[in-house]
Amino acid sequence: MQHFTPVAATLGGTLIGLSAAILWLGDGRIAGISGIVGPIAGGTGSRSEWTWRLAFLLGLIAAPRIYELAAGRAPRILLSSDPLLLVVAGLLVGFGARLGGGCTSGHGVCGLARLSPRSITATVLFTASAALTVFLTRHHFGI
Amino acid sequence: MPRLILALIAGALFGLGLTISQMINPAKVLGFLDFAGNWDPSLAFVLASAVAVAAAGFALARRRSAPLLDSRFVVPSKTHLDGRLLTVAVLFGIGWGLIGYCPGPALASLSVGGLGSGIFVIAMLVGMFGFVVLDRRLTRTSNRR
Repeated sequence: MQHFTPVAATLGGTLIGLSAAILWLGDGRIAGISGIVGPIAGGTGSRSEWTWRLAFLLGLIAAPRIYELAAGRAPRILLSSDPLLLVVAGLLVGFGARLGGGCTSGHGVCGLARLSPRSITATVLFTASAALTVFLTRHHFGI
Repeated sequence: MPRLILALIAGALFGLGLTISQMINPAKVLGFLDFAGNWDPSLAFVLASAVAVAAAGFALARRRSAPLLDSRFVVPSKTHLDGRLLTVAVLFGIGWGLIGYCPGPALASLSVGGLGSGIFVIAMLVGMFGFVVLDRRLTRTSNRR
């Protein structure tokens, strides 16, 4: 049903790369989502840094609705409905992204594009760790 | 004002990219992470094309001393590898693998993902706030020494 979609993946990835490129060329800022939302969640950083971050988040959150208007159908989302699992995963992702200095976008997209050894290491490690988690939960514990 | 419009457009492009590539759908992300199952390589194509386009942007920027709308490039400060990064990347991976959401797709899904997205994002923000609390405590301890 939902399987390999190389064209949509490449098109979507291109837009994500374009977003990172224009934010860096235009504003000199890294399009790392946890670096953008983290200071807002933590109440840190100066007000001038907050305004562009909020504008970015507004665009990010509005985007699926823009897509829905253009495509005439809502994007499909299949998400676990187990509240405990959602809370534990959310805590780990939020805490881990900030303490590790980045997430899939900051380390994964921007860091790899800048050939940062730190980001390459982080990306390989968290992808391996996520894959192992999926292996254990799906094939051993049946969650 | 031009900076805000740029950030708004960048955010919208990012979110549209996540939506079109279906990375906003956790099931799709888990399909990539499930190497032992019915593996879906889509995420690798998303990452590869995003990195290629972003790298072109970073290469263009190297010819300039400042971005178009601000006085300097805000370069990520930490470049060294340490034990903390390694441990924490593993923690982040566990969270990512449990549900299939990382921060970008989780936030983008708020407008369409219903209650589950909301619960995940609130927990994620609490986790990010937890980092600030821990970071302050660690800084205080190291200042005292």
